[in-house]
Amino acid sequence: MGAIESTGVASDAALREAEQLLFREAWLLDQHRLDEWLDLFTEDATYWVPLERGQLDPWNTSSIIFDDRTLLQIRVRQYTHPRAHARLPAARTCHQVGNVMILGSDGSELRVGSSLVLVEYRKERQRVFGASVEHRLRRTPAGLRVAAKRVDLVNSEAELDGIAFLF
Amino acid sequence: MGMFGREQLAMMVRPDRVHRALYSDPAIFELEMQRLFGRAWLVVGHESQIPAAGDFLTTRMGRDPVIVTRHADGTVKVMINRCSHRGSTVCEDARGHCAEFVCPYHGWTYRTDGSLRFVPLAHGYGRDVERKKSELGLVNVPRVESYRGFLFASLAADGPTLSDFLGPLSSSFDDMVDRAPDGEVEVAGGVFKHAYHGNWKLVLENHLDGLHPNYVHASSVQAARDAPDPAQPERYADIAIRQMRQNGAPEAIWESIGIWTTDFGHGYMADYHSDSRLVVGMDNPVFAGYRERLEHKIGKERAAKVLSVTRWNSIVYPNCSFMGQFRQLRIVHPLAVDRTIVYTYSFRLKGAPEQMYRDTIAFANVVNGTASWVLTDDLEVYERVQKGLTAQAGDWVYLARGYGGDADDAGRTRRGATGTSELPIRSQFAAWLRYMTAE
Ligand code: FES
Ligand SMILES: [Fe+2]
Repeated sequence: MGAIESTGVASDAALREAEQLLFREAWLLDQHRLDEWLDLFTEDATYWVPLERGQLDPWNTSSIIFDDRTLLQIRVRQYTHPRAHARLPAARTCHQVGNVMILGSDGSELRVGSSLVLVEYRKERQRVFGASVEHRLRRTPAGLRVAAKRVDLVNSEAELDGIAFLF
Repeated sequence: MGMFGREQLAMMVRPDRVHRALYSDPAIFELEMQRLFGRAWLVVGHESQIPAAGDFLTTRMGRDPVIVTRHADGTVKVMINRCSHRGSTVCEDARGHCAEFVCPYHGWTYRTDGSLRFVPLAHGYGRDVERKKSELGLVNVPRVESYRGFLFASLAADGPTLSDFLGPLSSSFDDMVDRAPDGEVEVAGGVFKHAYHGNWKLVLENHLDGLHPNYVHASSVQAARDAPDPAQPERYADIAIRQMRQNGAPEAIWESIGIWTTDFGHGYMADYHSDSRLVVGMDNPVFAGYRERLEHKIGKERAAKVLSVTRWNSIVYPNCSFMGQFRQLRIVHPLAVDRTIVYTYSFRLKGAPEQMYRDTIAFANVVNGTASWVLTDDLEVYERVQKGLTAQAGDWVYLARGYGGDADDAGRTRRGATGTSELPIRSQFAAWLRYMTAE
């Protein structure tokens, strides 16, 4: 996570717009409206959950998830299969998005930081995850879209039971 | 433990079935920690993780926390991570470098071979503390050996040599290392640590189970089939799509591949891939640069021989599963009868083009990642098996697939009647019984 780069105060309107997109994204995941969720991402989007703290890139170190749009589509698709054992029933989640901040902008994209507290419930087990998240949001003809999402879990390096939901 | 005498244990392992208690009874698990994990050679790491004097890593042998160090004289030591004073662990880092280990509790200080160097306020422990110091080092694991860079240790002072223990299975390690143009591999790329609520045996049984992919992985096979076909130029997603599709190989393929076991419960299966992008031995142009480097280093003929080996998973019973094709190694940590942790490591082929390593990382993510499309379904099934095997009705677990068709094969191996034979599980339990009933 980079430091706050812009010293200027982001406009209220920009912050509010970014926030609404993040909230909507979280809500779609909790509602399990995954096709609509995927529509929030640009065609060239990446979705990254690094394995290591401070991981520099997804090429030299493994990632809990490192997906392009094609792979995200496969994830969404897998839920619809009648023998998706780890996804039937699908985990129920509550994504709590907070501390939303505009971290900076590089021309066409806005860098937005947030923190995520996620409660997951499936088959008599409930887990809590915490993460700091960075979105890169891009203005497109269809509206503001997610060009990149990075989720740094506080326990990414821990011994973890299988993860069959999206952060 | 009186409940399970040697005769009872022997009655629970039949040639074509075993008693469910072997997966679900905590008393049996305790015996396994003493007699199986306390005796067998266990994989504890790789030389490349501790190249220099003072380097160390921590891991477990069975449930016991251990430190693996490179001592000043260059030898590898494995020590129980337990202060000889009142028992605190002396090191909590997964990996690192240090001159000595200082216990956080009262400052006892140990060298990297475990010997006790310094005791603060030593006189307070009695007059002969200086003399006793030589007996108060960290407990060294009695046997440590290495095979082609892979570090093994045994908690038992006596037993078969590592070379006897590995037997023909050593060829799987050779397969992994020989693929490196520089003749060495190194650990790289992070460690996945996935957990499941199930017995440790379930993962070892699964890795040589060619019958399960079409059922367990049906959803990821289908989702990958629905995805756009791999094309040129190649995309990052293609390795994942190809690998998930291959898991849906027709039953005839799974039936036709070879599956072998060796003494001590080890085993390996032949490759089932028909996609040349996933098999270096097939002539996909992607691998041309790699082939060239290998041929340059070891000669054309030898390179062809190395790449002609098409082996998928190998099991070193009871704590390791690995594969040379995509350079993955998994260490199994049994925590309780119904709780297991698996650490997955990736390796870099020294001297190979960067693309080979990127393939390794992409492959690890798709198959061994904690959130992988593939692994999550395996974990779900292990947990379902564990749940089923706690039911009191029905004592037996059937392992009869291919039973009667196992045959001796070249090089002191046995081969399953078909690629989906349950021979590897039968062989694991035969070894299990020998460990568990040995005096
Ligand atoms: S417990 Fe280690 S010095 Fe006391
Ligand atoms: Fe599997």
